[in-house]
Amino acid sequence: MATTIESPRAPHTARRSRGVNWEKWGWIYMRASGVVLLVLIFGHLFVNLLVGDGIKAIDFAFVGGKWSDPFWQVWDTLMLWLAMIHGGNGMRTIVNDYATKATTRKVLLGAILVAVVAMIVLGTLVIYTFDPCPAGSPADLLPSFCATR
Amino acid sequence: MATAVADATAGAPAPEAPIEAFTVTLIIRRFDPDVDDEPRWQDFDVQMFATDRILDALHKIKWEQDGSLTFRRSCAHGICGSDAMRINGRNRLACKTLIKDLDITKPIYVEAIKGLPLEKDLIVDMEPFFASYREVQPFLQSATEPPKDKERVQSVADRARFDDTTKCILCAACTSSCPVFWTDGQYFGPAAIVNAHRFIFDSRDEAASTRLDILNDKEGVWRCRTTFNCTDACPRGIQVTQAIAEVKQAIMRGKP
Repeated sequence: MATTIESPRAPHTARRSRGVNWEKWGWIYMRASGVVLLVLIFGHLFVNLLVGDGIKAIDFAFVGGKWSDPFWQVWDTLMLWLAMIHGGNGMRTIVNDYATKATTRKVLLGAILVAVVAMIVLGTLVIYTFDPCPAGSPADLLPSFCATR
Repeated sequence: MATAVADATAGAPAPEAPIEAFTVTLIIRRFDPDVDDEPRWQDFDVQMFATDRILDALHKIKWEQDGSLTFRRSCAHGICGSDAMRINGRNRLACKTLIKDLDITKPIYVEAIKGLPLEKDLIVDMEPFFASYREVQPFLQSATEPPKDKERVQSVADRARFDDTTKCILCAACTSSCPVFWTDGQYFGPAAIVNAHRFIFDSRDEAASTRLDILNDKEGVWRCRTTFNCTDACPRGIQVTQAIAEVKQAIMRGKP
């Protein structure tokens, strides 16, 4: 294996697109976000449905209380972003596999993009601008800390 | 010699019971481009033995009933990969599918493999399949010369690394069973990836990175949805989906 043969001809150039390989990163994202979502979603279900009074505890006060805590704000934001992009990318894959006409494909992909962006923007807005103590509401419906404000 | 003759007369024989034959109905998807606008289903009844194969049934039909039935076969023993077809909805080699393994109380449906242009009866145009095969550069590439008057040496472990994918006979049963390939002929298909795998993981080959680049394409390995149709279809028992997954891993690592 000593000598090296010089390339006899111009090397074969493969078809290749330069730049970021979105298909690869999409594939990796699906797996990574899937693992994180398993923890986030089951943690979410456990805390909301099983801990303490369980499902009976869920009301405005419960949600308001959760979203006044930065920990749950971050948790829910992560869950929202990861899940929406994960689901949107999955739908994109299905459309790419099944849509035969270029126009159908464009329309469906556009609809998915709009839905994902709208949900993420609205959801994020709600999580961070949520007012747990709206003025003039009966105190028994509000989180307990509202009285002290 | 005498003993041999004696033995032959002595041991000869209580007459054996005749081997049981069955009437098997085959419904074959026929298409003659000169006559038909659309493929049509035609049924044939043939007398078969349990140990016969679907290929024998096709021969019987062609030789005794309808000479216009068209199909490919070369070696007829599961090596050449010419007679992949869809038998009862599954991609199989006609020469490896035994009558006894099928439910002959019902008709057996035989049609051409899907996803490649139908030419006549059970024959499809294999060119798109071979085009993507060629694209992965399925040949040994090395810039170093082998030891003088010797072959390139490889350890048993290095050889075993890609042993499974050397078994491919290019019958197209896997690629034409892949739903992604059915909807998008741009996809390389499992067979091309299997044959790329065979060289990517070969320690003597030096062009692995080129092939990984080719398969990192938009229509490369990332289109695989791991439906395992290819693994189920492979007449050689190659773990196709696993080979594709190994190529994905290699692309992420950037080396085999």
